[in-house]
Amino acid sequence: MKFNGRVHKFGNDVNTDYIISGRYKFKTLDMKELAKHVMEDLDPDFYNKVQSGDFIVAGTNFGCGSSREQAPWAVLYAGVSVVIAKSFARLFYRNAINCGLPLVECDTDRIEPGDELEVDLAQGVINNLTRGEVLPIKPLPGVMIKILQDGGLAEHFQKYGTFNFG
Amino acid sequence: MGKTIAEKILGAHCQQAVSANDIVVADLDYVMGQDGTSPLAIQAFREMKGQKVFDPRRVAMIIDHSAPSPLEGVSALHALMRDFAREQGFNFYDIGEGVCHQLMPEKGNVVCGDLVVGADSHTCSYGALNAFSTGVGSTDLAAAMISGKLWFKVPESFKFVLNGQLPAGVYAKDLILYLIGQVTADGATYMAAEYVGEAVRALSVEGRLTMSNMAIEMGAKAGLMEADEKTLAWVQQHSQREPRPVTSDPDAVYARVEEYEVSNLPPQVAKPHTVDNVAPITEVAGTPIQQAVIGTCTNGRLEDLRIAAQILQDRKINPQVRFIVAPASRRIMLEAIKEGVLQTLIEAGAAVVTPGCGPCVGTHNGVPSDGENVIPTANRNFKGRMGNNKAFIYLASPATVAASALAGEIADPREFIR
Repeated sequence: MKFNGRVHKFGNDVNTDYIISGRYKFKTLDMKELAKHVMEDLDPDFYNKVQSGDFIVAGTNFGCGSSREQAPWAVLYAGVSVVIAKSFARLFYRNAINCGLPLVECDTDRIEPGDELEVDLAQGVINNLTRGEVLPIKPLPGVMIKILQDGGLAEHFQKYGTFNFG
Repeated sequence: MGKTIAEKILGAHCQQAVSANDIVVADLDYVMGQDGTSPLAIQAFREMKGQKVFDPRRVAMIIDHSAPSPLEGVSALHALMRDFAREQGFNFYDIGEGVCHQLMPEKGNVVCGDLVVGADSHTCSYGALNAFSTGVGSTDLAAAMISGKLWFKVPESFKFVLNGQLPAGVYAKDLILYLIGQVTADGATYMAAEYVGEAVRALSVEGRLTMSNMAIEMGAKAGLMEADEKTLAWVQQHSQREPRPVTSDPDAVYARVEEYEVSNLPPQVAKPHTVDNVAPITEVAGTPIQQAVIGTCTNGRLEDLRIAAQILQDRKINPQVRFIVAPASRRIMLEAIKEGVLQTLIEAGAAVVTPGCGPCVGTHNGVPSDGENVIPTANRNFKGRMGNNKAFIYLASPATVAASALAGEIADPREFIR
């Protein structure tokens, strides 16, 4: 799994209300519609700026707050390919993997807004093409790689009918 | 090597000895969803080719976040939930029954030793009843409804030793806000918080639920407590199921242990826009407020309403303040009516809304205007949380909220307690 795109950078503690506000998420199951409001309270223009394949890059505790799975879905439907952060809140982490949105934990201090990256999950590296730097990433546990490879937890269940990590 | 409560409960539910950082697939005692997360879970359930829930007696859905529906789109999602509940025959709590984290324990769905997941981040509340309970997303909820199982990473544990006794006018809410301020919003990420000590034992079960409810606000996966005679009496009063109390071994291994002396703790307030932005009351007293709220899964219980009523008895709130009260459940509302607590609050100027989430999550029941300050007893003060990203939210105890409603500004409840 290899992804290319540009960086949209955010700070620490980006909570799920910022990712998709409660005032939208209760209204609809239409994720394309929800995606138009992704990160709106932090950057009202984000949805228009983000190109398919781009990366959200953040500091610590990305996705803290609620259990709303609409958060990773909205990120995914906005076209973001991978979220890269120093650390993630556990609910967002779990939900993202279940939705099939890959996450990468690494030191993001050396990644700047607009940088062009190549993220190689199989090799476990980020190539910062703008800066000519290679950043190592923390590998995902096997269970999560299996769910991502199946395309998400729904697809995993379609395939096996239950959990199958054997 | 000894085990923590988290390791023991997760181990008991996958029939093997487990240690922190193991990944296991475990059997669930109960599965819960609310109206913000269930519609997506129902969609996933169909997509995953689910036919029947694993056991309708161990599944509940609750309409509390937007209840009654304020919008056509929400009404359609509620209808989807009602149809699914009818088809599957599980426990369904419709509008006005209460907020999910009050109903789950109150209806007897959770007992000591249980493993429970809920598609709501504050599912960690039931740790106060010595159950391992944690929030999950909608696809997880669907997988859990189908299989009765879920995968877990066994968390490391973070022990909070709370010594001393809380002074008058200082409550469980102040204590948990203080702890969150100390360890910060990600201080316990992925860990199970375990609260022990004299100050915890002195709390009522209601107060303990407040502390466990907010474990997620420091990133924790669970907010656990041991069961004592108060826990067992409460559980036996509400549930037919047999409690299975679980204690940590004396030689259990903790990732972190912090000890606090709470006897001199002043009331605490979390300032905008993060829950860990905590200050003692003296630092924020005098801040004008336009709206005060008592309710939510954190502080909408009878004890909370009583504390507010005691301060507001024979007094009127400041005319510049809108004062909203949302009892956490129908049962609590009825008890508050019988005791005269609700009459006291209404006479003081409260607008009482349907038992449920109230205005906490910005869907209805009191969205603030631009530039306004709100002081709720809720658990989150994120920008935009109550439906307006230009409002400012200060989290506090029911006593501090009641005192502030009287004063028209953030006020120290110790000056108002009689």
